[in-house]
Amino acid sequence: MGGIPHDHYEPKSDMEKALHKRLPIVGLMYDTLMIPTPKNLNWMWIWGIVLTFTLVLQIVTGIVLVMHYTPHVDLAFSSVEHIMRNVNGGAMIRYFHMNGASLFFLAVYMHMFRSLYYGSYKAPREVTWIIGMLMYLLMMGTAFMGYVLPWGQMSFHGTAVITGLFGAIPFIGDSIQTWLLGASAVGQPALNRFFSLHYLLPFVLLGLTVLHIWAFHTTGNNNPTGVEVRRTSKEDAEKDTLPFWPYFVIKDLFALGIILVLFMAVVGFMPNYLGHPDNYIPANALVTPSHIVPEWYFLPFYAILRAFDGEVWLVMLVEWLSFGIIDAKFFGVLAMFGAIAVMALAPWLDTSRVRSGRYRPQFKWWFWLLVIDFIVLMWVGAMPAEGIYPYIALIASTYWFAYFLVILPLLGVIEKPDTPPATIEEDFNAHYPAKTSGDAVQTPAE
Amino acid sequence: MSHADDTQGTRRDFLYYATAGAGAVVTGAAVWPLVNQMNPSADVQALASIRVDVSPVDPGTQITVLWQGKPVFIRHRTGAEIAEAQSEDADTESMPDPLARNENLAIADAPATDANRTLPSPEGEGEGAWIVQMGVCTHLGCVPLGDSGDFGGWFCPCHGSHYDKSGRIRKGPAPRNLPIPVASFVDGSTIQLG
Amino acid sequence: MFRKLTLTAAMALGLVASQSMAAGDAEVIDYDFSFEGMFGSFDQMQLQRGLQVYTEICSACHGLEYLAFRNLSDEGGPALPEDQMRAYAEFYEVFDPALFDGEGDFRTATPADHFPSSGVANAPDLTLMAKARAGFHGPYGTGLAQLFKGMGGAEYIASILSGYADEPQCALDMEIPMDGFYNTAFPNGGYPEECKYEDGSHKYPGSWIAMSQPLWGDDIEFADGHSAELEDIAMDVSAFLMWTAEPKMMARKQAGLTGVIFLTLLTVLLYLTNKRLWAPHKGKDH
Repeated sequence: MGGIPHDHYEPKSDMEKALHKRLPIVGLMYDTLMIPTPKNLNWMWIWGIVLTFTLVLQIVTGIVLVMHYTPHVDLAFSSVEHIMRNVNGGAMIRYFHMNGASLFFLAVYMHMFRSLYYGSYKAPREVTWIIGMLMYLLMMGTAFMGYVLPWGQMSFHGTAVITGLFGAIPFIGDSIQTWLLGASAVGQPALNRFFSLHYLLPFVLLGLTVLHIWAFHTTGNNNPTGVEVRRTSKEDAEKDTLPFWPYFVIKDLFALGIILVLFMAVVGFMPNYLGHPDNYIPANALVTPSHIVPEWYFLPFYAILRAFDGEVWLVMLVEWLSFGIIDAKFFGVLAMFGAIAVMALAPWLDTSRVRSGRYRPQFKWWFWLLVIDFIVLMWVGAMPAEGIYPYIALIASTYWFAYFLVILPLLGVIEKPDTPPATIEEDFNAHYPAKTSGDAVQTPAE
Repeated sequence: MSHADDTQGTRRDFLYYATAGAGAVVTGAAVWPLVNQMNPSADVQALASIRVDVSPVDPGTQITVLWQGKPVFIRHRTGAEIAEAQSEDADTESMPDPLARNENLAIADAPATDANRTLPSPEGEGEGAWIVQMGVCTHLGCVPLGDSGDFGGWFCPCHGSHYDKSGRIRKGPAPRNLPIPVASFVDGSTIQLG
Repeated sequence: MFRKLTLTAAMALGLVASQSMAAGDAEVIDYDFSFEGMFGSFDQMQLQRGLQVYTEICSACHGLEYLAFRNLSDEGGPALPEDQMRAYAEFYEVFDPALFDGEGDFRTATPADHFPSSGVANAPDLTLMAKARAGFHGPYGTGLAQLFKGMGGAEYIASILSGYADEPQCALDMEIPMDGFYNTAFPNGGYPEECKYEDGSHKYPGSWIAMSQPLWGDDIEFADGHSAELEDIAMDVSAFLMWTAEPKMMARKQAGLTGVIFLTLLTVLLYLTNKRLWAPHKGKDH
């Protein structure tokens, strides 16, 4: 696998040889596990393992929950309470699943911003990036449909609002919304199909995870310098890399351990902190919660959705130019999906010849502004759309688009980047200079 | 062990084993709840034991109650029934199933005497007045009929199994006596099943 | 203890704006409950008193449909002895659809049955109320107050129950009186224009609630002679409703603590392993 020269699996016994001839699965596992990995990867390269772990956690706890859950409008809410009260360990399993979604999104945002900073999306890793964006969309869909299942007030009215987004599409919107819900309003058909898809999509996600890993194992990992591993010979490559097992597995597991300690503390001591209290009230079509807010991980894009109301001149212009087909509501929907689309286009919008942001003095500022922008959007998405908040949302949304559509293309042209080190080995050794003998950390005797 | 190299190697190995061991413990602790959640939940367990008010059951009549999805026969026997059932105790050895099949007895192979199959009576009532048994034919699981059959006890209409007044199989294809579930009187007129 | 420390730290950092955090425009008081904090647990006697308050007063209108009678004997809850719990259940009648040849009939409740649901149409079920209401929002929409004070559902209920007050003069001056009852802790009820400043903000906290004042103090007599003052019984029934909403809270905290300890241990070992594993590759002579 991959362009980096390294040792391959050699079947030794006759048994191994026979199996390898027929199904080279051990070789595949060996190549995957022993893949040469840049040895200068820093602590932002742990989120992939965290994400894989969380996907498995969600699938396993999810399968367990399905054993006790009933997807029926009259029974869904009480079956969740049955899990919380009667099933052995059910409360913990459900809280793990609930908060697992938050861990999932926390990790995916860290993972994405890592890629944005170190230029992991750039050639030749565009396919990895695009698969990742697809996975992100699937995650959002899965999380949204999962939130419907407890059939609380937020589930019900959140579903009405989100499927209403599709109703904003001109001409065919209403038909699409009806098709999604299987009725003119949220009810039994919607609950049943969302349950089905909420079960299905994680396995699609699992398949895409394999493709995602396959893609970056083919191109090799990016690393903090953005400099490629030397592929001139196996000896050169080995100076830049270490095998994934055990070096990176143990490192990633250590990082996962820290994250799980925090996760366990959240689940054990404040499991409802990230949820919404209204979802402990059974769904009631006649009463709408006073303040419908999506889960925190949707807030940045929810803020963008709301930012473009009919008062914004750009929205008015577009509405006028399109003869009213693209009204403010549809514009908001386009902006929300557009915000993710421009991110997906980053590999082609970024013109810089230097990959890693570490060697791009101006880029750094714009990047950190984007991170702050993301947090501001998250905060403003939770605030009521009144007073000063819509202005903040509008400015922050504008920056989001400007970063991808204006700053990334221009910066590559006008910025004078620093010179990255020639090799990964050079970077690694600069971090860990040679120690004189007698220093604290001793190399083992053999 | 006295060599410096060995000590270092051992210490390193110990660390690796300790880490792997701790990892195994944490994994095990995480897996156990996933297994245990399939055991009966608290609401199911709550139904494992029910109380039945038997005050309206007059001597010579019986009621059928549903317990854990299966019928249970509770019969209040008359003195004549008790006497008839006890009179056949001598023949238990030659009956198709000589064992009591009573979950309340400490001994698994107690003989199928009438005394071994009846419920200890509440105060003020003669022994043998109450018999509680699962209403499921031991042949293929039909529900037998009461007050019928060649022996005046229960009769299974599916394949013609005859049970006597003590619920013992006497004739027909059923292999065993009607099983007796865990049961007891909690007060003069209430039987607890399970 | 831990909560107190973080609270103090947060106050020092200016994260927590004031002691009585406003929920909307309402006053929710941060009562001290025994179940707060990492090691806090339900007070069995308080839960039993709360059950008595619920039974004698709240149950007239409000149900507890997700709670089973058997739960009253659960360890960590009110832990009623089994015979008392059975006797308690026998006060209730439940509808059993299996009776009367499938047409259904009422019968005496058994431990396996659930409490009835609300008998009055606009009285919400109380089982999950303590989780369905958040006492502490803010500051500034961040929700951080919840982090340091807990979600505050029990505090919210206790504040509502002891938050009834005389209507302010501006409301008394109205020609048509307000529907409902003035409550300083209730955020979502009606509010008269006459009691707002010109910018629309409220002159007085709270709003008008449909429920008339249910607790007045000394409306209950506890067998153990415990105080029945208004705030005390309000807290008792709030603690009881916290338990009905989250009966597994103690088990959850215990699992959380065990998990944190074991995972910390594993993480330390992984740290040492990782360090030793990488040592030969870091800082080697070239």
